[in-house]
Amino acid sequence: MTEERKKELQEIAFRVREHIINLSTDGGCFTGASLSCADLLVYLYADFLNVNKTNLKDPNRDYLFLSKGHDVPAMYGTFAELGLMEKDRLKNHLKATDSVYWHPNRNVPGVEFHSGSLGHLPAVAMGVAMDIRLRKQNNKVIVITGDGELNEGTVWETVLVAHAHRLNNLTFVVDRNQFQANVATEDLIPLEPLADKFEAFGCVVKRINGHDFNALEEAFKALPFDKEKPSVIIADTVRGKGLPSIEARADRWFCNFSKEEISSLMKELHGDGKTDLHSETLTVR
Amino acid sequence: MSYEELLKELVLKDERYVVMTSENRALIKNLPPVLKDRFIDTGITEQTMIGTAAGLALRGRIPVVHALAAFLTMRAFEFIRTDVGIANLPVKLSSYVPGFLSDGNGPTHQAIEDVSIMRGIPGMQVFCPADEEDMLHALPVIWNSPHPSYVRVTTRKGEYKHDPHFEIGKAEVVAKGSDITLLVYGMLFEETMKAKTLLEKEGLSVGLINMRSLKPVDEKAILEAARNSQLLVTIEDHFQIGGLYTILAEVFLKHRIAGNVFPISLQDKWFKPALLSEVLNHEGFTGEKMAARILLELSKKTLHKA
Repeated sequence: MTEERKKELQEIAFRVREHIINLSTDGGCFTGASLSCADLLVYLYADFLNVNKTNLKDPNRDYLFLSKGHDVPAMYGTFAELGLMEKDRLKNHLKATDSVYWHPNRNVPGVEFHSGSLGHLPAVAMGVAMDIRLRKQNNKVIVITGDGELNEGTVWETVLVAHAHRLNNLTFVVDRNQFQANVATEDLIPLEPLADKFEAFGCVVKRINGHDFNALEEAFKALPFDKEKPSVIIADTVRGKGLPSIEARADRWFCNFSKEEISSLMKELHGDGKTDLHSETLTVR
Repeated sequence: MSYEELLKELVLKDERYVVMTSENRALIKNLPPVLKDRFIDTGITEQTMIGTAAGLALRGRIPVVHALAAFLTMRAFEFIRTDVGIANLPVKLSSYVPGFLSDGNGPTHQAIEDVSIMRGIPGMQVFCPADEEDMLHALPVIWNSPHPSYVRVTTRKGEYKHDPHFEIGKAEVVAKGSDITLLVYGMLFEETMKAKTLLEKEGLSVGLINMRSLKPVDEKAILEAARNSQLLVTIEDHFQIGGLYTILAEVFLKHRIAGNVFPISLQDKWFKPALLSEVLNHEGFTGEKMAARILLELSKKTLHKA
């Protein structure tokens, strides 16, 4: 990736983070988990996937399934920046007159399937990958899961079946931000050594820094990692990335900040000071 | 013609169909070599199978999905509700050994709340054919509909010659009666026919409705029976909550009518696991036992009136 392109992607991701901050008030959203996968989604939609405004119904497009659906603000922000979604629609967040809410749904063009209940979309993505293979097409299918989501047995069921069916067109991406809801993954249900687990299930795994566009490009451009096996990319990320005051904190899950906190966080994103946060994180799932 | 032959013919004729199973091949054991890639066995993974079916349906396929009734409807319930139901995808669920048909397996395998939970999913259609012939009349229509569906499969042979014209939302009115109408679905049809004959020997005028389609339900047939008979009897190998008895209550309330309804169903407990004939006898669902239960109910009603 050229330095110039990398800078462009960083700028897009920066604006996506601004959108995420703006969605973190008036009802709020899952801010931390959205910030962790912003770079990943920006890279995929801007540079990797064959998905654009004109081909959303084309059976030859690539498919991305956001299984950890609570990070949908990152997707809304990415869609808004890349022209898949009108920026004005972000103002409709949580309004009954639109369908821009806490989890993805297909009333937002570009969203392939609704999610919110964890451990579902690996299987749905596998069905799409199976059909693509039945039709001898070459579209790529990506499913992004959270790391906490890997507690769900159905993720591992799907990996077993994908391996059995030698689905090399299916890629599991883990947003490894180290947290599930309110607890660090390793303090609740330890996942490491995570790459070994996927390898033991028959996948080929690459582990990268999920905030490094060069690393993202290098990994995704190398897909499929094997002609006979599903691929896995573990993207090491930081929950809350870009906002040091909430980064990697177990108590920053669902955030509904005050207007003052939002303007302070916006400054913080721009490198101006650190926010003194008073709003409590809601412990919901 | 068998279930398997019917399905094979359809899949070979129409590219959109795929056959899926979570390693329950009883109904479809000869299909893998014929259907090749369009036979998808996901192993013992009911939830993953349903999610995968939703993905296939997103791409324009119509998956016909097979699993044991209890695991299909309960292990995979949230996947059916969330992936198939919310998206309203044409995934066709074929449930094997529902109700009493799980005979000796035990309560783990007893799907006797399946009608209740499947009909609770918006858009899901629910069908319970009486026997193999009745089912073979229904399946082409069900599989061709754009809706998700749940079918209680039965491969039992029946003696009754069913109306070959099957319509979604239409019951098969076998007979009309002024004293009693028996409303039944699924494999209990055969025993209900026997009960009808026995009740008629007592001098009663007995109607019988094979419900066929429980969602959408044939309200007209129910209302007509309620108007013309003194007593309706709902017969089902299902918990009393959420099945046909409840459906009648819903229909009656909707149309603001009241009626005498006697439920023959399972009362908040699992049935005694045994060979099917033993189960029917033990639980009181043979023609003879049902007729006796109905006569007793009638005598109470008469006493009450007096």
